[in-house]
Amino acid sequence: MPGFDFSNHTRNAALHARGVPLPKATSTGTTIVGCIFEGGVVIAADTRATSGPIVADKNCEKLHYIAPQIWCAGAGTAADTEFTTALISSQLELHALSTGRKPRVVTCMTMLKQHLFRYQGHIGAYLVVAGVDPTGVGLFTVHAHGSTDKLPYVTMGSGSLAAMSVFETQWKSQMTEQEAIDLASNAIQAGIFNDLGSGSNVDVAIITKDKTTLKRGYVKPNERSKKQKSYVFKRGTTAVLNEKVITKQEISKYVTVHELEGGEPALAEKMDIDV
Amino acid sequence: MNHLPQAWGRPRDDVYGPYDASYLQSSHGPNQHTQSPIVTGTSVIALKFKDGVVIAADNLASYGSLARFTDVKRLRKFADSTVVGFGGDVSDMQYLDRLLISLDTEEAYSSSGHTLNAKNLHTYLAKVFYKRRSDFNPLWNQVLVAGLDGEKKPFLASADLLGTTFTSPSLATGFGAHLAQPLLRKVAPDEEAAAKLTREQAIEAVKESMKVLFYRDARSLDKYSIAVVTKDGIDLKEDEQLEKQSWAFAEGIRGYGTQVN
Amino acid sequence: MAAMFSQNPLMNGPNYSFNQGPSTASAGNKEHSFYPYTDNGGSTLAISGSDFTIIAGDTRSTSGYNINTRYSPKVFKIGGTTASQDDATLVLSVVGFAADGEALKERLDAIVKMYRYQHGKPMSVKACAQRLSTILYGKRFFPYYVTAILGGLDEEGKGAVYSYDPVGSYEREQCRAAGAAASLIMPFLDNQVNYKNQYIPDSGVGHELKERERIPLGRNEVEDLVKDAFDSAVERHIEVGDGLQMLIITKNGIEEIYKPLKKD
Repeated sequence: MPGFDFSNHTRNAALHARGVPLPKATSTGTTIVGCIFEGGVVIAADTRATSGPIVADKNCEKLHYIAPQIWCAGAGTAADTEFTTALISSQLELHALSTGRKPRVVTCMTMLKQHLFRYQGHIGAYLVVAGVDPTGVGLFTVHAHGSTDKLPYVTMGSGSLAAMSVFETQWKSQMTEQEAIDLASNAIQAGIFNDLGSGSNVDVAIITKDKTTLKRGYVKPNERSKKQKSYVFKRGTTAVLNEKVITKQEISKYVTVHELEGGEPALAEKMDIDV
Repeated sequence: MNHLPQAWGRPRDDVYGPYDASYLQSSHGPNQHTQSPIVTGTSVIALKFKDGVVIAADNLASYGSLARFTDVKRLRKFADSTVVGFGGDVSDMQYLDRLLISLDTEEAYSSSGHTLNAKNLHTYLAKVFYKRRSDFNPLWNQVLVAGLDGEKKPFLASADLLGTTFTSPSLATGFGAHLAQPLLRKVAPDEEAAAKLTREQAIEAVKESMKVLFYRDARSLDKYSIAVVTKDGIDLKEDEQLEKQSWAFAEGIRGYGTQVN
Repeated sequence: MAAMFSQNPLMNGPNYSFNQGPSTASAGNKEHSFYPYTDNGGSTLAISGSDFTIIAGDTRSTSGYNINTRYSPKVFKIGGTTASQDDATLVLSVVGFAADGEALKERLDAIVKMYRYQHGKPMSVKACAQRLSTILYGKRFFPYYVTAILGGLDEEGKGAVYSYDPVGSYEREQCRAAGAAASLIMPFLDNQVNYKNQYIPDSGVGHELKERERIPLGRNEVEDLVKDAFDSAVERHIEVGDGLQMLIITKNGIEEIYKPLKKD
């Protein structure tokens, strides 16, 4: 059956009434903005994700791909912004394929608002939709309940007021691309430094009729300072209470074992950790 | 968001869960204190500069969403050397104003010979607020105190209904804490930066912030009061009008979605 | 999990005024009445050495998602005879509800000053610690919503740290973190100050393995630990940041150090 599974709803409601707290969703506290310029549109976001007062992700991506020339900045419940944008992106791709035309920003905005309205605000996605299509430049906000707005500059998220204060003092019509990027970046930084729900870096996406440029980490005003001490432990510091050796022969009963060539240990992915 | 005075002093639901007062049985008890503000004033904003402090607040007193009184002066002078800006309940503001006038009179008659400076006044107000909150009978305000301290240096501090106090090169109450403070902090990120600001720069920044508040705070007005406190005294203007607003963004807006003409 | 990050001792730790949360959804209208507390965020940290004590705190004051100010000290000298507290020997840190913290600090300061005038000598940390506990318990049913840490040098000149809960239960400790990021900093301290979960490599097998021996840390090392602890707390807790204030108590007096922290 398609859609959401509500089979645990009654049980969960009963548990909640007895004082069991709801599981806490990761929220992208967030400052996101969008701004139109001559010949295109720019959207920007901070990169902090929070769970209550704890920073869940210091460098998350809040700029979501919808179509090559349509991008979305998301605030609210992280999972909702990701799944909603992915769902609409998929539908829009199919739509573009069947019509043989480039997808339009208004189409994307309408699909998002109709999807969100159907769920009456329970899908906590607050979005800034921006893009360029054959009809021109588009910039919208979409609220979780399904309402939309169309303005030359927009902000959303917990840092929306801080960001809006920058737009209200510095915005002018017919800006150049660089002016719009700088303005959007300054608006995000106002959120980063004045709103606790926002932090870390500035991500920017610039969309014109020819191309989309995603600038991840456009400004990085919050690099961590070097640690005073080294916290590398001597090998053997952690107690080993018991040990069990599983031989290659034993494990191959459950999984297929491949011999690697050259004897070098394979490195699947390098993790970004500091020493 | 927590900018409305009605929300002040309330536990944050995301931290504490919705408050259940049903077991307190206080709703029909014998004595009732102020549990919510009635007629309210919105933001007060202030910024330090090298010789003093600039402080401003609009002239509106709201009754819920009704713009009830449009010529209420929310900046009050004290002893010709300090200005107090009031946000929150207007009747509690008027009570505090009376209290401060009698304090000033008492001090003037006392033999000590010195007058209370802004720092002394702030300490006094904070203690009044803290006492009242401890008696569960709060004065529903957040105030900014602007003036000079004992060493004649610029002084700016905040006190609120819970007795919480803090100082900063720039301060803003209510909606201003969200909208104006980011702008003011950019002009004066720290004390050193504030000490380099000229009077004109500070006034300019405050007026610009008042404009943004009028654009975006639904409980605000374009008539406002602004005061500059220096060691030469107070320059208080109570009938200022916001100037040079820009509505250029409105040009070319059509609908909220798919409408084109 | 939710309880772990909830910073509300009223609902979370030992209960005092209200021992029941809303149990069922009650019929009729719910009313929001005046709530006399707020949380101003921030964290504090204290570590005692062989001849010194360091008490530190960040300088950010918050309300909700807003920063009230980037500089509001949480660590105070107590019981000096001058306005600048130059000759103080004790240090108090308070974190939680700032107005209660201020009131508590002023009460304790007045008491320690009176002691000094009446007895002609500074109050010992041990005596002050007991007195602070009494003050806190005195408001058992309308508590000072703060976590306090008291630091100084004991009668033998060794570093002393006393930590408290909001209603006066206290204990002398080697080190203690308090406030918003306490749950982030304290395990780090257990590991790096008291060498918890650290064993001497190859000193035995299984349970025979010997624990790494605790040695008193030097002042510079402790300062480094404090800076690293706060830098890490700033990375992962939104209410901690802006500045780090450190007070170091030695027999020569109290030294104050300020270092900037990240402001996002």
